[in-house]
Amino acid sequence: MALPAHASPLERLWRRVFHLLCALILLFLIAPILIVIPLSFNAEPFFTFTEKMLALDPTGYSLRWYDLLMTFGMFAPDAPRDAAWWADMWANSTWLRAAKNSIIIGVFSTLLATFLGTLAALGLSRPEMPFRRAVMAILISPMIVPIIIVATGLFFFYSATGLAGSYLGVILAHATLGIPFVIITVTATLVGFDKSLTRAAASLGASPATTFFKVTLPLILPGVVSGALFAFVTSFDEVVVVLFVAAHDQQTIPRQMWNGIREQISPAILAVATILVVISVALLATVEILRRRSEQLRGVTPG
Amino acid sequence: MAEPQTLTTPDGVPLKRALARAQARARRRAFLLVAPLLLFVIVTFLVPIGQMLHRSVYNDSFAANMPRLTAWFATTEPDTPPDDAAWEALALDLRAAAEARTVGVVGTRVNYDLPGTRSLFTATGRKARSFQAPWREALLAADADWADPMLWSTMRQAARSYSPNFFLAALDLTRDARGAIVAVPQDRQVYVALFQRTFTLAALITVLCVLLGFPVAHLLATLPLRWSNLLMILVLLPFWTSLLVRTTSWIVLLQGQGVINNSLVATGLLADDGRLSLIYNQTGTIIAMTHVLLPFTILPLYSVMRPIPPSYVRAARSLGATSWTAFRRVYLPQTLPGIGAGALLVFILAVGYYITPALVGGASGQLISNLIAFHMTDSLNWSLAAALAAILLGLVLILYWLYDRLVGIDNLKLG
Amino acid sequence: MKRLLILSTALGALALPAVAQPQITVMGWGGAYTNSQVQAYHKPFTARTGVSVISVDADNPATPIKAQVEAGNVSVDVASVEIADAVRLCDEGLVIPIDASTLPPAPDGTPAPQDFIEGTLSDCMIPTDVFATAIAYDTTKFPNGAPATIADFFDTAKFPGKRGIKKGAKTTLEMALMADGVPASEVYALLETREGQDRAFAKLDTIKADAVFWEAGAQPPQLLADGEVVMTMAWNGRIFNAAVAEGKPFAIMWDGQVFEWEGWVIPKGAPNPEAAMEFVKFSTSTEPLSDAAEWISYGPPRKSSAPLVGTFKGDGKTEMAPHLPTSPENLTNALPSSLDFWADRDTELNERFNAWLAAN
Repeated sequence: MALPAHASPLERLWRRVFHLLCALILLFLIAPILIVIPLSFNAEPFFTFTEKMLALDPTGYSLRWYDLLMTFGMFAPDAPRDAAWWADMWANSTWLRAAKNSIIIGVFSTLLATFLGTLAALGLSRPEMPFRRAVMAILISPMIVPIIIVATGLFFFYSATGLAGSYLGVILAHATLGIPFVIITVTATLVGFDKSLTRAAASLGASPATTFFKVTLPLILPGVVSGALFAFVTSFDEVVVVLFVAAHDQQTIPRQMWNGIREQISPAILAVATILVVISVALLATVEILRRRSEQLRGVTPG
Repeated sequence: MAEPQTLTTPDGVPLKRALARAQARARRRAFLLVAPLLLFVIVTFLVPIGQMLHRSVYNDSFAANMPRLTAWFATTEPDTPPDDAAWEALALDLRAAAEARTVGVVGTRVNYDLPGTRSLFTATGRKARSFQAPWREALLAADADWADPMLWSTMRQAARSYSPNFFLAALDLTRDARGAIVAVPQDRQVYVALFQRTFTLAALITVLCVLLGFPVAHLLATLPLRWSNLLMILVLLPFWTSLLVRTTSWIVLLQGQGVINNSLVATGLLADDGRLSLIYNQTGTIIAMTHVLLPFTILPLYSVMRPIPPSYVRAARSLGATSWTAFRRVYLPQTLPGIGAGALLVFILAVGYYITPALVGGASGQLISNLIAFHMTDSLNWSLAAALAAILLGLVLILYWLYDRLVGIDNLKLG
Repeated sequence: MKRLLILSTALGALALPAVAQPQITVMGWGGAYTNSQVQAYHKPFTARTGVSVISVDADNPATPIKAQVEAGNVSVDVASVEIADAVRLCDEGLVIPIDASTLPPAPDGTPAPQDFIEGTLSDCMIPTDVFATAIAYDTTKFPNGAPATIADFFDTAKFPGKRGIKKGAKTTLEMALMADGVPASEVYALLETREGQDRAFAKLDTIKADAVFWEAGAQPPQLLADGEVVMTMAWNGRIFNAAVAEGKPFAIMWDGQVFEWEGWVIPKGAPNPEAAMEFVKFSTSTEPLSDAAEWISYGPPRKSSAPLVGTFKGDGKTEMAPHLPTSPENLTNALPSSLDFWADRDTELNERFNAWLAAN
């Protein structure tokens, strides 16, 4: 909104101050995320910009912390880098194992949350749904209940049922935590859903299944995928439940970071952080593209 | 006048009934779609939490390991002084518990209600093997503290498997020798103060989030869409970035040798020995949590501000209002739903926060969640952890109910 | 979706460990200490028996062990704990008794129970090393004279700067009393009384505003390196490694140190008790114990190991003996941690410590 021509000098000044203020707040939001990226290339084991780095001297930068991510936990990290070294890394590198665990747990919990969540969202958005408000409140509550309470409850429940220290246990827990996100995004897509489309399909003789797969699903798919991405990120970022119910076999990236931050916060943590920032940028871009596509598909103007 | 004719479907069923049947079928169908998830959430979420909360009122570690004394308590009135049968039951139970290596468990349980008694049980347990009648004398020879009426009153309390005592403990209360509820000594009061601190900090963080979120949301809502979409990425990226990454960044920025302190020292604004303590204290918790929760206020504010037509403010101005009056009387009231939604959500999330305070909060920046975790993993007083969790959960659920009333869960938006 | 499923199944298959390979899980304290155990015990054990050893870390393994056994969900086979905790866990039946006479004898044939230093063996724990909690400081921060006594740690007027304090009652209270002028020999008698405890907490109050609390043993060297503190309570081996192996300007002030034994316990319900027992037998035999003392400056509990301890494996030249907690020059004002005192009072005093910590 541009200022009108008759604005007083005071108003112009205020506008300047306002813009500056907003810039500072946005800087507050984004700077901490970006600051780790250059620091992760630090050649020294410090968390600040060295003089060499500030002078853009290439010797001030290095990939040593990224290298450490691979070698940490290896049986023979200093051996020559032949096939045996790579096999050793693939099998023993602590961070690589954490990454594998994060992906396995993330993928399966996302599939579970997305499948159940989408199904439920379809039911919830039907006007006939009984106890809609109460059921919705229950299904969203994993997002609201303090995570420590969930983790504590699961610790006892899993210990009693033998699910503690198993992949299945962590996957089920993460699926539960991801469900609210799927429900929210999919129901949001269904709000703008034009019911006459399914009625038209039905009147043209399509079975309910055909209607769902040929008409409904393609239209809500962007919402489903965004929900799935949210669920994946929730799992990918979750540490408290893993702390309480996972065994050493199921250590994920955040769990490994938690250790690192508490004990030896080396720039290797910043290298992991940088990789994660890159991943989140990619995920955010995907979600944005999906959102726009969904709006185009449904003919809703963005806003 | 002719009988009103009932409308029927082609197969002769009254239309009203057919409609009701169809509606019931539709309701069932809708519910069947939700049912698998509901069941899943009940099993993996509601049942575990319910089970955990049960521990806040149930603890049988005394009754299970001291059966004779528990039986004696059950048959006698409160305040009965221990008789010979009681001393015998105590001595035999202690001996059995020492042999079964459970005397420490019993001692720990009694110690929850009467601090300083665990050692009494374990030390006596080591001598219990040689105990002989007369039991009273044998026990008092082992330790004169066994005659303490307070101890007997506490054991009577602990012998009841179901009791509200852990909730009392969670509120810094205890029972005296006669069973009346009293405050615990000053140097052991922790929890009420910590609940207060949690709520104060959560409120402060909420205010900060609204104050910082409002201008940004306003800017985003008034910029042309092309620009606001671009700037929106700056708001959404933190939202998508791992919490641990953001916490790490704050450690890097705020610590003694961190980016901020080093820059201030390098530019001469700060003496090298006068570095600011920005982290491992309340300041660290407040800064990092405000950063983490800020997008949760910006997004609802934005979605409320976007549809406000600028013509309202212009109309106010043209009617002679100053820009401040126009903002206060016309614009601000229209954004109140967004402020309410954002503030309530941030407050709910802040009250239960665990990770950030645990990593950057030091001693003074710990919240109630951290104490629950402490009792879960360190002191292993699980019943107390459950009682604290129950209180926290109760408070959060009240807020959640309020949110649903005022904002509606359906209006929760992500990105 | 189908492609995603195939991809994830493929990843899942890759990540699963090879079938039926024998393995045990050993829980340690992390950092340089775990590294010494991996080098001296885990790797040689795997090389000899083919049983792979998974090393996991905890701030103090005694607490997760207790939680695991009580919840009925034990994933650890062997854990490293302090002797007072071992006695406590043993009293509560959470760890299994280990008969020291089944351990291998010394190379000269002395049976194991005689080879271990007196007072180090208990029902359920086989000792691996003695460690000290002492005050470590950054030498660059005190150009006008380094702190020399435990009282200096509490004197922020004479030695300004933040202090790192262990987040727990054990050792912290003893040090507070010694700093308040209580002779080492009278510390525990005084700490048993309400007045003694009040006095210790009153002394801690004097530096509470300058305190940074740590939980994991790897934190103190990190706090010193980051300049977050100028002086800290620390486990001597961690400081030794940071100073000697990484060249950090750290020094240990031995005055008022508290030393204690630690060793292996096997939790009740351990998944692989036989292999765990084999591991304990191997790692507490003469040679691995002396090897471990060449990786970190913690003394071996076997008399037959002591003469074998040579130079630091990290640099190949630093003599280890003067850096051990039990070296005579480090013992001028030292306190052996009381196992009986802490086995009984750990819960109570930690409760009070936490109330003290949470109070504003």
